[in-house]
Amino acid sequence: MLHDTVKSKLRAIVGDRWFKDDPESLITHSYDGTPMLQSLPDGVIYPENTAQVSAIMKVLQEHRAPVVSRGSGTNLCGGTVPVEGGIVMVMHRMNRILEVDLENLTATVQPGLITKQFSTHVEGLGLFYPPDPGSMAISTIGGNIAECSGGLRGLKYGTTKDYVIGLEAVLANGEIIRTGGKLMKDVAGYDLTKLLVGSEGTLAVITEATLKLIPPPKTKKTMLAMYKDLYGAARTVSKIIENRIIPATLEFLDNPTIRVVDDFAKLGLPLDMDAILLIEQDGDPETVERDIALIADICRSENAERVSIAANDEEGLKLMTARRSAFTALARLRPTTILEDATVPRSKIAEMVLAINEIAARHQVTICTFGHAGDGNLHPTATTDARDKDEIHRVEQAFEEIFEAAIQLGGTITGEHGVGLVKAPYLEWKIGAAGIEMMRGIKLAFDPNNILNPGKMFAKASRKRVVLRHG
Amino acid sequence: MANSLASMLEAKNGGGSCSELAATLKNTLDYDQLTNCMRCGFCLPACPTFRETGIEAESPRGRIALMKAVADGLMDPDYAFETQMNHCLGCRACEPACPADVKYGQLLEQARDSVERHTVNHRWWVKLARKTAFDGVFPHQGRMRFLGGALQAYQRSGLRKLVRGSGLLKLFPKHMEQMERILPDASYRGVLEQMGSLHRAAGERVGTVGLFRGCIMDVLFTETNKHTVELLNAAGFDVVIPDTQNCCGALHAHSGEQAGAKELAKRNIAAFRAAGVDWIVSNAGGCGALLVEYDHLLHDEPEWAEGAAWFAKRTLDVSKLLVEHGRLQASAAAAVAAGKTQATAPSCGGSCGSGISFASADKVRITYQDSCHLRNVMRSPEAPRKLMRSVANAEFVELYESDRCCGSAGIYNLTQPDMAGQILDHKMDHVKRTEAHYLLTSNPGCLLQMKLGIEKHGMSGRMQAVHLVDFLHERLCKTEH
Repeated sequence: MLHDTVKSKLRAIVGDRWFKDDPESLITHSYDGTPMLQSLPDGVIYPENTAQVSAIMKVLQEHRAPVVSRGSGTNLCGGTVPVEGGIVMVMHRMNRILEVDLENLTATVQPGLITKQFSTHVEGLGLFYPPDPGSMAISTIGGNIAECSGGLRGLKYGTTKDYVIGLEAVLANGEIIRTGGKLMKDVAGYDLTKLLVGSEGTLAVITEATLKLIPPPKTKKTMLAMYKDLYGAARTVSKIIENRIIPATLEFLDNPTIRVVDDFAKLGLPLDMDAILLIEQDGDPETVERDIALIADICRSENAERVSIAANDEEGLKLMTARRSAFTALARLRPTTILEDATVPRSKIAEMVLAINEIAARHQVTICTFGHAGDGNLHPTATTDARDKDEIHRVEQAFEEIFEAAIQLGGTITGEHGVGLVKAPYLEWKIGAAGIEMMRGIKLAFDPNNILNPGKMFAKASRKRVVLRHG
Repeated sequence: MANSLASMLEAKNGGGSCSELAATLKNTLDYDQLTNCMRCGFCLPACPTFRETGIEAESPRGRIALMKAVADGLMDPDYAFETQMNHCLGCRACEPACPADVKYGQLLEQARDSVERHTVNHRWWVKLARKTAFDGVFPHQGRMRFLGGALQAYQRSGLRKLVRGSGLLKLFPKHMEQMERILPDASYRGVLEQMGSLHRAAGERVGTVGLFRGCIMDVLFTETNKHTVELLNAAGFDVVIPDTQNCCGALHAHSGEQAGAKELAKRNIAAFRAAGVDWIVSNAGGCGALLVEYDHLLHDEPEWAEGAAWFAKRTLDVSKLLVEHGRLQASAAAAVAAGKTQATAPSCGGSCGSGISFASADKVRITYQDSCHLRNVMRSPEAPRKLMRSVANAEFVELYESDRCCGSAGIYNLTQPDMAGQILDHKMDHVKRTEAHYLLTSNPGCLLQMKLGIEKHGMSGRMQAVHLVDFLHERLCKTEH
């Protein structure tokens, strides 16, 4: 519960209009994109600039009040649910592109900027910002940085962390730090930029970011490979990489996903296939042609039933739409859709998919699997109903076993969604007790009073069942 | 989780008693739809009020969260809740954007219906005006006609001149004054009174169409209704205008007057069934969107299920009927199919096949503001564009963000003038950039709003807002059948 004196201090900083504690505001900031999680904050604040963020943090630090900084709240790990109350700090008003530096190929932006608006803007200038999370039409750059968002182009171009080269951030005590800059090389001390990317709002409030831009690819080509043999599809993924070809996109859809996608989008996808791979390569025309031909050969040599190459951009777009509509289609099956992101080394994709299917069957739950196979990043997605307590319990058990299976295969509990609240109990499986202690130490150095997004990343109790096996 | 949240909110706000409104909302709101919202946030970029304010509560996800909080007993629907429900434009742009296919429009109507039944927050004159409009005028074609006549008398008698000159209008809010200025000339006699009820197709008959004439359409845009009939005849349709049809009920349904909307729907279903038509055509997106949802509107009245389904299934917008079933001239049809920017329709009187084509005498540039309900509910954004692209000598330019609501939204521009004005200003910035001679629309509300915008932004000298049907009618080239 936040004392009235704290509220009036906060009001004094941003003005009455930009601090709210009415029921409407509290309810509408009690959730994010994660199903079944909700917790009310004590107030909602909308800062306009870094100075205000700094002043707000000084007040909150003084009163030991929790704060959750938030963009559009699209994240899927419960990262912006205010589980310990306090203040939700919405960054939407800080949404400007401060500079696009055409000499250095960098852009400096505020955190509340919508990702899609940013990439459209730089594309208009003939440049390219590759990270493309599924939520990019509304997610903010600040949110992308906090969660280190990925997307369909991660395989070739990397994820958000590969494009953040400088940050301005406000610490828990209100101090402002700047890390990195418009520099391609910088080894002056610990890399605080990389540390803050993916720190999920637990270390500092990001107030400005300098991003690396690259020249756009000249051309692209899309293809679809269809398999009756799941292993064949999975082997293809490893073999493409083995052959030193890195496609821009290499996506996997299993049979249940193919069925719902086609039922929804009516694209005429092959319903009798066990899996399909959706592959896109971009770059110089000759390279693209050569790579696509080679990939098609590999697909055929791994028992692809059919390989179809899009004749033109329009057809390519149609195929990519099939993949992008997977989430949409799955969401229409049952009222509650729980989308997870277990990730394994690329060579273990087939084993992971089989493990998921086996676990789902054993717990009698529906789990469809699709994902960024080229990254080893799978999205096992449960279609269920939050009102059916028994089924939800079985879904939770199934996911616990799926995370365990991912770890056993040398993978991780999350490839791009983050730890937040949902994965906190499993973090120790991945990084071990010593890893947790080290992370806690870092957290303590940044935020000694634990006011920045408390309750996230570090669970009160870890799940102990798994036997760790690294390598 | 729900119980602990309720106690949290109670602790934060000193508790709230469960009001009658809360009880009604709990009974009325479709809990399945509330549950289907997975809060992914995909609706946020589509929502005009979220974009104007950047505030979560002003988004579909936020409004659904508020409804669910009330249904779950987490919060009592207070004044802010009522205000928020009324602040939504109802443009339903969120629905095509929603992965889970949540029927937001239906939830909004349910919430507004409950609010209307219990609100104590309307001022007496708003209540009186609503009662007069919803019970006294819209359901009665004769009274609509009478009002049309009164308006016509006012516009023609010199009284308008006197009123405008007197400064009397200054007593009204500014947006009302602006509205008065752009109102087209009203008519006492509607399409039926002027033309009669049956109109034969030119040449071979493709099918029979029942014209839904609308109430505001028929009083303020009688010419558009007449032009619709003539276009349809030329394209090969017999047109019937059943005289027992009445207001569609959209303004009722969208303003929380469900019972009134249902009564009107039943009368329309009966009227068009009796007329035995193949299609029911609407030239107003706002009306059409409710007509195609009559089956949902009457879903809890089993004896009406069959009739409502019959009606909903065969209702479509005039542009879609023309494109999909109309007898367009071969070359025009080819241009339509190819979606060419500039069609090569022959000049009027050409002899290359039967059917209709369109050609403009002067070279003109045209652009188009979507009707939200035609686009998001009737899901027909392509048909109007195909027709516009088929007009020879006309260059169609896409209006940036034409798929975004213009702020008219039924009577929203009268009830929420600030938000509507803000949205309109942004819209007109984009309109200006098209440098079009004609700004075409497919709904009377949008048309009036666009006229208002053109006037307000001092563009009346170089651009006019016109209904798509009127534009096409004026450029219609008929060939021998």
